[in-house]
Formats: sequence, C-alpha cells, structure tokens
Amino acid sequence: MTGETTELSLPSRIDTVAAAAAAVAEFVGRSGISDDAAFGIDMAVREAVTNAVLHGNRQDEDKTVDIILKSSPDAVEISVHDQGQGFNPEIVPDPTAQENILKTSGRGIFFMRSFMDEVDWSIRPGGGTTVRMLKRR
Amino acid sequence: MAELNINERQAGDVTVLDMSGKITIGEGSVALRTAIRRLLEEGKKRILLNLAGVSYIDSSGIGELVSSYTAIGKESGQLKLLNLTQKLRDLLTITKLLTVFDVYESEADALNSFK
Repeated sequence: MTGETTELSLPSRIDTVAAAAAAVAEFVGRSGISDDAAFGIDMAVREAVTNAVLHGNRQDEDKTVDIILKSSPDAVEISVHDQGQGFNPEIVPDPTAQENILKTSGRGIFFMRSFMDEVDWSIRPGGGTTVRMLKRR
Repeated sequence: MAELNINERQAGDVTVLDMSGKITIGEGSVALRTAIRRLLEEGKKRILLNLAGVSYIDSSGIGELVSSYTAIGKESGQLKLLNLTQKLRDLLTITKLLTVFDVYESEADALNSFK
C-alpha cells in the first residue's frame, strides 16, 4: 500500500480532544491497522492533544494544535504540535511509583509511552513542542 | 446525547451508579465528579460504580476515579467498582490502581462486601 498524510489544525479547546480523536480514528481506519493498535493510537492521541491544549497552549484559542498523520506500509506516525513554552518529559514523575499511585493526574505521558512503540518530544525552531508518536503494524 | 449517562439506584444503604458512555476529559469527568459530590452532600457514602457500560476512559477519567475514591475515603465512606470492561481493567492494571480499588464482577458480591 502507498502512504497517506493528513494535516489538521484545531483550536485550543477541550472539545478539540474528541474532534482530533474522531479524525485520527477515521485516518487509522483507512490505514488498515489492527483494532488493538487503533485503540492504543486513540488513547495516545487523546493524551497528546489534551497536553497540547491544556499545558502547551493553555487553552489560548489564538493558538492552534497542529496534527500530522502519516501512514506507511510499516507504521502509523502521529505528530502533535503546540505553541507553548515546551517542557522536559524526563522530569515527569512516574505515576506508578508508590507515592504517586493515588495522584489524580500525571498519567497521560505514561499512557502515550505504554500504547505507542516510539514517543519523543522536540522543540521546534519557531517555538512550541512537537510530540511524535509511532505505532508499528 | 450526554457523553456519560449516570443512573442512580439504591440497594439497601449502598448507592449504585450505573454508568454508560465515556469518562473522558471535559463532560464525562465532570459528570462523574458532580455525581459523587452530590451523593456525599446527601450523606451517601457507600457507593458502587457499575462500569459495565463505560466504553472508554482516558487519563482524566482515571484521575476522576481516583479523586472520587479519595474524596469518599475522607468522609469515611467506601467506593467500589463493578463490571470493569477488559480495557478498563487493563488500564487499572498498568497504572497499578487495580491494587487500590475494590473490584467486583458480581453485583451481589459487591453489595455483600459493604456489610
């Protein structure tokens, strides 16, 4: 099969999370990836977009969340870009550590890493953070 | 249609919330939080969440379950979970929360456990 690329630009609102998930589900459906993989991608995308809206763009509707979806014969790759100040994923506490288990937040990145095969963050030259996530077929 | 529908019923002194839909950031999480706060205000502190109809939950929803658990615990109440879907069970397993929550597959067993 040949690859496909789709780009989305969405407002920094909470309801963007569901809108992004719906768009990604449609894309992933066309890509022919397994249901289990599609579930993991859905979880990861929701968490990534939530982080972009809440922590990156801080719900500033003048800023967008930009998403690039790529499918290839080997994998589905999703990049989520915000226009925030950037952050260091290495300093996010482990939510499964005993002292953090009953915390009410802090599991989003853990889910992204749990459900995707590759997750990495980069600061773009023009500003903002991009999280790139890859799910192999 | 609401993202999360919650139907309340009473089984003795246990309040059962039959939930269906999604517990995700925004409406679903808020609906759960609102329901739990209202029950606590009404003095209902023995609460069983029937999650059979919950098709999806995200980290915000998991956080809301934890928040509910601790809020009820602070009032010397009990929150227990019934009928987890396999996906929710998997999420609670990887987050190690399955060891925290009291989880049941039979409503009768769950109700008896409050006694």
